[in-house]
Amino acid sequence: MSSHTSPAIELRGTSKAFRTPSGALHTAVRDLDLTVGHGEFVAVVGPTGCGKSTTLTLVSGLEEPTEGDVLVAGEPVRGIASNVGFVFQQDAVFPWRSVLSNVMAGPRFRGVPKAEAKERAREWLARVGLSSFEDRYPHQLSGGQRKRVALASTFVNDPEILLMDEPFSALDVQTRALMSDELLELWAGTGACVVFVTHDLEESIALADKVVVMTAGPATVKEVFEIDLPRPRKVESVRLEPRFVEIYREIWSSLGEEVRITRERGAVDA
Amino acid sequence: MPETISATAVPAVGKTPGTERSRARARAARNRAILVQSTRALVLLGVLGLWEWLARASVIDPFNFSMPTKIWDQLKQWALHGTAQGSLWEQIWYTLYEALLGWGIGVVAGVVLGIAFGRIAFLADVLGPYIKVLNALPRIVLAPIFLIWFGLGPASKVASAVVLVFFPVFFNAFQGAREVDRNLVANSRILGASNRQVTLQVVIPSATSWIFTSLHVSFGFALIGAIVGEYIGATKGLGLLVSSSQGTFNAAGVYAAMVILAVVALLAEGLLTFLEKRLFRWKPAQPGEDR
Repeated sequence: MSSHTSPAIELRGTSKAFRTPSGALHTAVRDLDLTVGHGEFVAVVGPTGCGKSTTLTLVSGLEEPTEGDVLVAGEPVRGIASNVGFVFQQDAVFPWRSVLSNVMAGPRFRGVPKAEAKERAREWLARVGLSSFEDRYPHQLSGGQRKRVALASTFVNDPEILLMDEPFSALDVQTRALMSDELLELWAGTGACVVFVTHDLEESIALADKVVVMTAGPATVKEVFEIDLPRPRKVESVRLEPRFVEIYREIWSSLGEEVRITRERGAVDA
Repeated sequence: MPETISATAVPAVGKTPGTERSRARARAARNRAILVQSTRALVLLGVLGLWEWLARASVIDPFNFSMPTKIWDQLKQWALHGTAQGSLWEQIWYTLYEALLGWGIGVVAGVVLGIAFGRIAFLADVLGPYIKVLNALPRIVLAPIFLIWFGLGPASKVASAVVLVFFPVFFNAFQGAREVDRNLVANSRILGASNRQVTLQVVIPSATSWIFTSLHVSFGFALIGAIVGEYIGATKGLGLLVSSSQGTFNAAGVYAAMVILAVVALLAEGLLTFLEKRLFRWKPAQPGEDR
């Protein structure tokens, strides 16, 4: 019932503080309000190390908020929900499993019979263009191919909520554009909502319906921008459009200030 | 004229030096391998020859230091006519049996407890100090106690092999379980893995390379445990062969038993390396090898 009326993700006054090894309390996220609608693609941009990733771990259920509420489909998050997918910044593929077995992992963990899991995995491998690589091990693949494996093993679980933590930041520029296009294509067929964390403003505008600018850490929402560029988009061509440049300038005037604050603090750690 | 000649000649000539060069390189590599092998053999021959000569010339006392030919005779005699305690093969089998059994038990216990300690922080916090104390003990002194507890049979040797094997395996498994990539664990939990699945399908596979490192070392420890146990008191085994040779001032016998032990240890090591290669097909080649 409530899942149709309430937004897909809602954070209300959420804060998260960590105990650092030295015993001090470090606030990563402070008083955060954020709403993500069904099927919406939201990009979160902010200065390096401001706590963007923490927001994702709160939504995924990997971490619990210190204060405030995190609601998914109107229900408070308790533990890891089954309808969430998470693509990490670093490679999180199983190095000892073949490509096919990696993509089968999710369904197998969830108790799907082997034959069916294999079929679904093959289907997604075909969609990311890795069908002929199913017997390879991750170390035999390129960075972009490993990312495709990660995408396939996330999408194979049919997530309604897709969390992505700077997924393409380790890739070279060309591969990155290619992967962004592929992500948009894959996403278009699913109806899932996406929260995409990045520090690359261009990437966020090219991909998202809504760009959320975070403040310098502890992170909270500074401003939200609607991106009215038409879909379907091609990442390489959309960034040449005049409207794109206009949006970019507008958001940068907001983001640039936070970046400057971070830089002045000397917080260059990731 | 010269133009056309070179145009037709270049592809033909261009190919030959390439294959020639790679052939020359292969030949050089082969020659070097032969050189290494033959020098290696020469070193062995030199050492054995020097030993033999020194002993025969009475520079070193042949009674105390023996000589290679005597050791060889001793080996032949044992192999063909058996030892004082029965056939040589039986002695080898006894020692191997004790070492393998002790190794197996020690490895299983070490891996299971190591992973459990690595995964369950409470267990590690409570029992950690005790494990450290036990590890600090020179465990070989337990061999006489085991002899009192379990008697002259194989059980006391198995027990000393177990205590020697357990700790290195345990610590490596523990470390392996602790150092699992946090991203990988987070990812598998998101993908839907239960705690049990994380342990069995993520932690254990990532800890295997840690565990395998300890398996190599620990088989040597298992042999030590078995031999020392036999040496202190036994009815059969290579350790007993050493101690009875020593008791009859038969230096050749002690060396001969050492030779047998070395061969056994090397064979076991070879088998383990083979298994490791099969198990770690997913691993990239060593850095430098793949380039």
